[in-house]
Amino acid sequence: MAVQAQGYKAGVQDYRLTYYTPDYTPKDTDLLACFRMTPQPGVPAEEAAAAVAAESSTGTWTTVWTDLLTDLDRYKGRCYAVEPVPGEDNQYFCFIAYPLDLFEEGSITNVLTSLVGNVFGFKALRALRLEDIRFPIALIKTFPGPPHGITVERDKLNKYGRPLLGCTIKPKLGLSAKNYGRAVYEALRGGLDFTKDDENINSQPFMRWRDRFLFVQEGIEKSQAETGEVKGHYLNVTAGTCEEMMKRAEFAKEIGTPIIMHDFFTAGFTANTTLSKWCRDNGVLLHIHRAMHAVVDRQRNHGIHFRVLAKCLRLSGGDHLHSGTVVGKLEGEKGITMGFVDLMREDHVEEDRSRGIFFTQDYASMPGTMPVASGGIHVWHMPALIEIFGDDSCLQFGGGTAGHPWGNAPGATANRVALEACLQARNEGRDLMREGGDILREACKWSPELAVACELWKEIKFEFEAMDTI
Amino acid sequence: MQTKKTLPKERRYETFSYLPPLSDQQINRQIQYMVEQGYIPCIEFNENSEPTECYWTMWKLPLFDCSDTQQVLNEVRECRTEYSNCYIRVVGFDNIKQCQVSSFIVHKPGSRGY
Repeated sequence: MAVQAQGYKAGVQDYRLTYYTPDYTPKDTDLLACFRMTPQPGVPAEEAAAAVAAESSTGTWTTVWTDLLTDLDRYKGRCYAVEPVPGEDNQYFCFIAYPLDLFEEGSITNVLTSLVGNVFGFKALRALRLEDIRFPIALIKTFPGPPHGITVERDKLNKYGRPLLGCTIKPKLGLSAKNYGRAVYEALRGGLDFTKDDENINSQPFMRWRDRFLFVQEGIEKSQAETGEVKGHYLNVTAGTCEEMMKRAEFAKEIGTPIIMHDFFTAGFTANTTLSKWCRDNGVLLHIHRAMHAVVDRQRNHGIHFRVLAKCLRLSGGDHLHSGTVVGKLEGEKGITMGFVDLMREDHVEEDRSRGIFFTQDYASMPGTMPVASGGIHVWHMPALIEIFGDDSCLQFGGGTAGHPWGNAPGATANRVALEACLQARNEGRDLMREGGDILREACKWSPELAVACELWKEIKFEFEAMDTI
Repeated sequence: MQTKKTLPKERRYETFSYLPPLSDQQINRQIQYMVEQGYIPCIEFNENSEPTECYWTMWKLPLFDCSDTQQVLNEVRECRTEYSNCYIRVVGFDNIKQCQVSSFIVHKPGSRGY
């Protein structure tokens, strides 16, 4: 900044002079961020926005002499636009451009430490939410992305033209390793592709990780030999230290299991990126759970939107990521959900405010992460789930499998039959949203497993008021 | 509520193998969908169906620029006649996404039709 040549003047500076630059045109190499900002009463929007730009980049509350030894223009974040949020009182979208040089290559941890660090506690703001980030291609190219991605996963599993089916083993805590492996075997032999460790399962006294891995692997191999289809179980390697996590991952690979699991948000992005790179090097698929996400992404006016976490995860690396169901017990508005599902699996996504996408994002051919719909869903949800998520998704029926009156294997078959009947009908040109119920009832005539499931869980209509709207 | 049943142990063959065997008319409609999506149909056959064996033998070449689904079905029938002792599936390639995108079983050894 040329004015600095005039010499050092101590004191508190008005951020607006330096960091609010409405004439600035963002560069292709800038990292762009959109924040939803609620200033404290009496604080003008432009001033608050400039403060956000400053606090999340180069600014400190007072001028320091060492500022004069640097070229501030090269590093400062610039607020280039402020818009009132439609229909909200005293809320603004502020758009900030950050120069590429602010960030270390290949470190999501570094990006988040900058963007959502101290600024979220800033006094001039009542609330702040990071709505979206545009990663420049120059930065995208420094990340490995998913270890394998959707197409490679399909090739490894030999499963095409349909969503994958999964199930979380229940009860989530208390099963012995051997009983747990039995539940896995029964669900897989019935027609599921995957079963899953609950996120709470790490290595507790009732079931240590090594015992679980071995019994589960036997269940996988037995069901695979029996059915002739490739099977897997997300073995959770999340642990208290990175060393322990890697030890569990190495063991999983040693016994030949196809996929492992990690809780990226509680464990952190550094651990996740390390594990993801290992997964690519070692040919093991990586399923990602998202415990703790709702703590930061649920409030509309404060925190980080899940689409940002999902983008960050894709860059850090994961082959699957939980992304809500739209229709199950954990609601999410359809357009918004499909917006971040596109950000997970497509190569190029256009700006679309109606779906919560504030920036056009290009991934430069980075592989896609498969969305996982899980939680409170059962056979009657199948038509809607296929319609919403399409083929490149993983649908997980936990209670919807193990809760079947005849047990896991018939419960799994019911889900698989429902899936295939719906797909066949869709491909023949039938409308799943309108005719879904009829399609399932027709299949019930020849599948007693499905008939029993359809009798237990009643047909439902979905008209929930979602929390998450623009 | 029906009385409890044990699920029998049965070999399966991925997509659509949990449905009753598809008739030729139903196979034709699935091929129609494939062609409408712009996928390239291809027929494969193999003596066994081990899950770890990726490659089945190609019947001739993929049917590039195919718009007539009957042509694909005729190839399926011809393959069935010549390799009735084999498993046969129809697969689809997407040359934009540059990968295989669909697959379904259309014949099992010793069965008439599927």
